[in-house]
Amino acid sequence: MRKRITTLGRGAMITLVVLGFIAPLAWMFLAAFKDNASITDPSQMIAFTPTLKNFHTVFITQDFAHYFFNSVLISGTSTFLGLVIGTPAAYATARFKLGGATGFIMFARVIPVVSLLIPWYFIFSQIGWVGTYQAMILATAFVSLPMVVAIMAGFYNELSPELEEAAMVDGLGRFGAFLRIVVPLSTPGLATSAILSFIFSWNAFLFALVLAGNQTMTMPAAMFQFMSYLGVDWGGLMAAAVVITLPVMLVALFLQRYIVAGLTAGTTKG
Amino acid sequence: MHALRTWLDRRIKWILIAPATLFVLVLIAYPIVFTANLSLTDAKRSTTRPSSFVGFENFWNLLTDTHRFWPAVGRTAFFTVAAITIEMILGILIALSLRKAFRGQAIVRVAMLLPLVATPVAVGVMWMLILEPNTGVANMILRNLGLPEPLWLADPSLALNTLILIDAWQWTPMVALIVLAGLTQIPSETEEAADIDGAGLFKKTWSVILPQASGSILAALLIRSIDAFKTFDILYATKGPGGGSNHEVETLNILAYSLSFDYQQYGRASAVLVLFLTLLICVVTSIVLMRRAVTR
Repeated sequence: MRKRITTLGRGAMITLVVLGFIAPLAWMFLAAFKDNASITDPSQMIAFTPTLKNFHTVFITQDFAHYFFNSVLISGTSTFLGLVIGTPAAYATARFKLGGATGFIMFARVIPVVSLLIPWYFIFSQIGWVGTYQAMILATAFVSLPMVVAIMAGFYNELSPELEEAAMVDGLGRFGAFLRIVVPLSTPGLATSAILSFIFSWNAFLFALVLAGNQTMTMPAAMFQFMSYLGVDWGGLMAAAVVITLPVMLVALFLQRYIVAGLTAGTTKG
Repeated sequence: MHALRTWLDRRIKWILIAPATLFVLVLIAYPIVFTANLSLTDAKRSTTRPSSFVGFENFWNLLTDTHRFWPAVGRTAFFTVAAITIEMILGILIALSLRKAFRGQAIVRVAMLLPLVATPVAVGVMWMLILEPNTGVANMILRNLGLPEPLWLADPSLALNTLILIDAWQWTPMVALIVLAGLTQIPSETEEAADIDGAGLFKKTWSVILPQASGSILAALLIRSIDAFKTFDILYATKGPGGGSNHEVETLNILAYSLSFDYQQYGRASAVLVLFLTLLICVVTSIVLMRRAVTR
């Protein structure tokens, strides 16, 4: 009897959790396909005539395709940059016990972005970089680098050094062993860090708010600007929200294993 | 060629770590020194306008500013503590209820990942629609139930609380996933031993299961504290510059941003950031020390 009650309680809790997390998102997706009259009409909550008008506003009137491209380019490049400079650093800290160095890099995880934006803005405006892709990419690497270092350092702590040692005995130097043995073995870790750092770079809002120009604006900042243009065009705003969130949600749907692994990396141990 | 390889191999640890360190030095360490320096000047309006040294004037002005600065400190502390309390309690409860395998597990896991990966600005706007006082679906439901209809984000005395709930919606899954990962590593023997001893569900959970997951729980607390303290996106997206017309959601982060990029008061904003950073480092250090003490 008691067992049945706990099972029922658990079932109720799980249903509530799923509904609580999904329902608001479902509402957003529905509203993106409604015209503004149906959004506020209680009788058309679920049953309504779907329209693509909002997506027309977003892509044709507001040039969202261009911002979408910018988001892909900037998050992709900064993720790549994070992987290229973060992976060797993570390997070095894990193998040579450079704990202090990781701490130094992880400091980037702690400080608020705003405290860097003022100096970046000063420096970038003096070299004429405000509004350029390179400024946006470097700034966004501030998100990707600590993420890659954290995940990859955890990965290399678990990876047994035996294979590299064998390779070195066979005549490959330490450097060769890293490039030819360690990097290929790191594929799962690299995939995890790439996916996570792409998602969080994609979601970054603050860099674009200050450093992006009209040509280099990413979607979150573009959406914020639309709020003043579109006013209460809820349909348009929800369509924009769908365009921004759909790609990361699809990633979450199909690659959930990697995301969970990345989010919990290094948390189960002391 | 051989000499080059030996040279590379001998210095490998420094070569591997050099690019990342350089990045941190140039783009993070130097800017912080720059900010600290700027906080002692009267820099404002234009980045090219020459500024002069004013000593600790900015700090003095802030510490005596009971209109903007201290309320922002209070809001930052309140937002962080309230959001984290809700997220930790709900997150741990969810993790406990998902601990054992069941049918439909995959759906639940996706349901938890979706808020977590959703773009915060979009999440803010989504909740603005749902919580719209007259036409939003939340008040539509409350109206049908005959309950009072709050103004949510539009009510200056309720906006910060509403944003705490939105933050909890987005980040409770993070706590749940981290704690869940910790719980699945607990060997089943300890639980079986507790069952044999006849411990009730509550007692078993409280004194057998949770202590073994304390490392994960503290890791979740650490990660969420750092991020909750710095929350910016949902606050700025929903309430705009200055944290709303009465500064009702103006935290230290929003204050520093608005001072610098909405009002171009760079010197003053830098002083806010120096104080903010100091506070943040104190909080993080104490959680890290606590975590070390527990896991050892």
